[in-house]
Amino acid sequence: MTELPILSLTIFLPLVGALLIAFIRGEEAIVARNARNVALWTSLITFVLSLLLWFGFDKTTAEFQFVQRVPWMPDFNIAYHVGIDGITLFFVLLSTFLTPICILASWRAIESRVKEYMITFLVLETMMVGVFSSLDFVLFYLFFEGTLIPMFLLIGIWGGPRRVYSAFKFFLYTLLGSVLLLLAILAMYYVAGTTDIPTLMATDFPVDMQYWLWLGLFASFAVKVPMWPVHTWLPDAHVEAPTAASMVLAGVLLKYGAYGFIRFSLPMLPEASAFFTPLVFTLSVIAVIYTSLVALAQEDMKKLIAYSSVAHMGFVTIGIFSFNTQGIEGALLLMLSHGVVSAALFLCVGVIYDRCHSRDIAHYGGLVHRMPVYAFVFLLFTLASIGLPGTSGFVGEFLALVGVYQVNTWVAVLATTGIILGPAYMLWLYRRVVFGNLTKDHLKDILDMDRREIVIFAPMVIAVMVMGIYPEIFLSVIRVSVENLIVQAGGAPSVTSVATALVGR
Amino acid sequence: MAALLTPVLAEIWLALAAMGLLMFGAFRGDRATRMISGLVVASFIIAYMLIAGPSSATTTTFDGLFVVDDFAIFMKLLVLIGAGLTLIMSLGFIRRENMERFEFPVLLLLATLGMMMMVSANDLMSLYVGLELQSLALYVVAAFQRDSLRSTEAGLKYFVLGALASGMLLYGCSLVYGFTGTTRFDVLADHFASAHGEASIGVIVGIVFIAAGLAFKISAVPFHMWTPDVYEGAPTPVTAFFSVAPKIAAIALLLRVTLQPFGDLAAQWQQIIIFVSIASMLLGAFAAIGQSNIKRLMAYSSIGHVGYALVGLAAGTSAGVQGVLVYMAIYLMMSVGAFGCILAMRRQDRMVEGIDDLAGLSRTNPLLAFAFGIFMFAMAGIPPLAGFFGKYFVFLAAIDAGLYGLAVIGLLSSVVAAFYYMRIVKVMYFDEPADPFDRPIGRELSTIVAATALFTLLFFAWPTELLRAARTAASALIP
Repeated sequence: MTELPILSLTIFLPLVGALLIAFIRGEEAIVARNARNVALWTSLITFVLSLLLWFGFDKTTAEFQFVQRVPWMPDFNIAYHVGIDGITLFFVLLSTFLTPICILASWRAIESRVKEYMITFLVLETMMVGVFSSLDFVLFYLFFEGTLIPMFLLIGIWGGPRRVYSAFKFFLYTLLGSVLLLLAILAMYYVAGTTDIPTLMATDFPVDMQYWLWLGLFASFAVKVPMWPVHTWLPDAHVEAPTAASMVLAGVLLKYGAYGFIRFSLPMLPEASAFFTPLVFTLSVIAVIYTSLVALAQEDMKKLIAYSSVAHMGFVTIGIFSFNTQGIEGALLLMLSHGVVSAALFLCVGVIYDRCHSRDIAHYGGLVHRMPVYAFVFLLFTLASIGLPGTSGFVGEFLALVGVYQVNTWVAVLATTGIILGPAYMLWLYRRVVFGNLTKDHLKDILDMDRREIVIFAPMVIAVMVMGIYPEIFLSVIRVSVENLIVQAGGAPSVTSVATALVGR
Repeated sequence: MAALLTPVLAEIWLALAAMGLLMFGAFRGDRATRMISGLVVASFIIAYMLIAGPSSATTTTFDGLFVVDDFAIFMKLLVLIGAGLTLIMSLGFIRRENMERFEFPVLLLLATLGMMMMVSANDLMSLYVGLELQSLALYVVAAFQRDSLRSTEAGLKYFVLGALASGMLLYGCSLVYGFTGTTRFDVLADHFASAHGEASIGVIVGIVFIAAGLAFKISAVPFHMWTPDVYEGAPTPVTAFFSVAPKIAAIALLLRVTLQPFGDLAAQWQQIIIFVSIASMLLGAFAAIGQSNIKRLMAYSSIGHVGYALVGLAAGTSAGVQGVLVYMAIYLMMSVGAFGCILAMRRQDRMVEGIDDLAGLSRTNPLLAFAFGIFMFAMAGIPPLAGFFGKYFVFLAAIDAGLYGLAVIGLLSSVVAAFYYMRIVKVMYFDEPADPFDRPIGRELSTIVAATALFTLLFFAWPTELLRAARTAASALIP
């Protein structure tokens, strides 16, 4: 790693782009055009850089790669320490993959204050990549919390009618969770004398302390996931956020929480994780069933997809806390899949929202007659969201359920009902929006997707298909790291049986 | 003779400068105000250079009344920076608001001299002298807009309540003297050390009174009542000055008094500090929510910030003191910057102070809104801005000292506080634009706002210098 620090470049290149945009001056229309172009090119170059990470990645080792370590606050043992392993590689890629798509998706939709919008979005990208690459807890927290600022602005400035309420709810909810995470970080520093993540993973925290630390982490990550009952900020934030912000929110930001469980809770606090597994299972099962039912009753498309996200993330947390290879691999794959699929679904809503400025399901119907290409794309992602074999959603859900079945049959059974409810609300949504007769007057002259929109969807379609048909591309990279994680989480070798015993009671 | 005076060189210089400039002003009249202001700033810079230097051993002079150590140096530099920046910011204001009287800069100079005395006080007597020199000068500047009802009211209120606080402090000092027979800090420290932390009830009552007096000066709850009124009523540059320099000096004094002479009585005063800290944080967070005047809001915000700084003192460790020092340094920058933005809130050549007046600032003046936004996010403690690091280190110290409850309450109240800081961001960024503010905002003002905003934004990249300096300073207080 003596050559170029590719990972750091990937993290900070968007900031450079944002700075460039900040210095664009001139007439408003020209500024807007230039800002869009600079943002797009910056994010594309960032994506190419992150692809280099994939090509240069050594999948035979669970060690962190592309590591860079620079002393930051040496007196406190805090360093700028970044690196990735098999678990984080794809989250970094997901962030850099979605950002150019989001920027393209906002090409026309955002007309006011384009310059500020693009700056905010690029700053957001830096934060996202930073979260997944940090190997220092304080650095992680910096990026983790720093995400709030651009997201708050995105929702609040470019959002819908209730944007202010939603922005505040999003901000305060997550901040409340995060300060408890900060408390846990401080306490961990107190015990270990460092915030270096690899060192903390190797540290044995006293068991009675682990419970408190775990709850501190849980407060923050559960809000981010979001788990029932702290999910209520999500539908509000999604509904009011502009399309691209919804895509990033569902695609990447929701992964923060689950990633936090995988990176911190499991390897650092194995005993506490095992102890609290029943709690996580219970909340996840409730999330899967309850939010699926809630989704059935929605009349707003974005809200429906938002609730479906909560349900999907329920599967993810179930997978993670099954403590075995299948479960965690499934959770990871499901997160990647959901990252692309939910972003694509929000974009699908965005496409017709741009045309009709309504998200009400009742506002639409029979779109297939005027918009065949759109109907096809929407169907594909609907099916991927349901988890149809051959799409990415299936592999993840299947593995997660296999994983949890070995641990707790009841959880598996109850969670599977979500697989039945999922198609119910998604297909019903699809039927009401796309099928039927085109009776509504305002839809009579609606236009199908133009070339820009097709270009935006193409990479996502490919990603979903590849993940569904040959997941081994991804799994082979993830596997070694996951196995290493299970060894760490199994620091007490009988974790699985402990968990079973607890749940069995 | 030289050994006697060297440690006080900066203070002597400032005293001479104050007298000289007063004479100069008396002869030249109010036309010279701008020039005198410039000379005051210059004398601050000279004093800064006299103080700053390689870290030195602790030296005392004037029979132990006056001490110079790394802690004093650090705090004095902060005081000088705060005083200098706020004085420069006030130039445009006093010209426009017909406050151009030469006494203004000279009074600020005298107040600053008092603060430097406070920071270096090593005896209850010199503590009181420094404190009064500072306070008397500040009572006058608070009422400096003679024709404004609000300003005179603020000055009077500050004076009456301040005099009461000084009285309590003095009473506390006399009790401590009566029960121990000395006013010297180092002798008091030896006294309590040999008594193994035991203290008679009289001394404890004395400490309580001293703490109450000092709590008034740093506007900590429950002695905060004057703050919102004085902040709102005083001319804005004076409010900016109040929010930084005297606060830093009083915090320095509080740190020294609690940790040096009464260091062995930590068990006695720690609970007071914890209570004051929690109360300040909570009140600062909740009471600010309903404010519609930006200066009142900043008053409650400063009460909250004092609460956070006291978390570090409550820990009572070297790491805690380091946290307080880092916090105050960052708070200084954020607060100066935020008041710089408030000073730029002028419409048709009149100050406006409502939060609603900021509506849509991001479109009428994007750079100012950006800077103000940075200060608000930083004060809310959102990383990666500077304010986060201030909070991080005080809470780290609190956890280290086992004060979990304090840390939890503090962090939760910071979430509440985030709400009203975000409200300002919301008004600036989410709301429809109101009439634009006057432009340009003035060269001095924009330079200071830009500089402090850059500091707040980029502090995370180079934190080591400040942390090291704060550590050296803290170790002078707690070896």
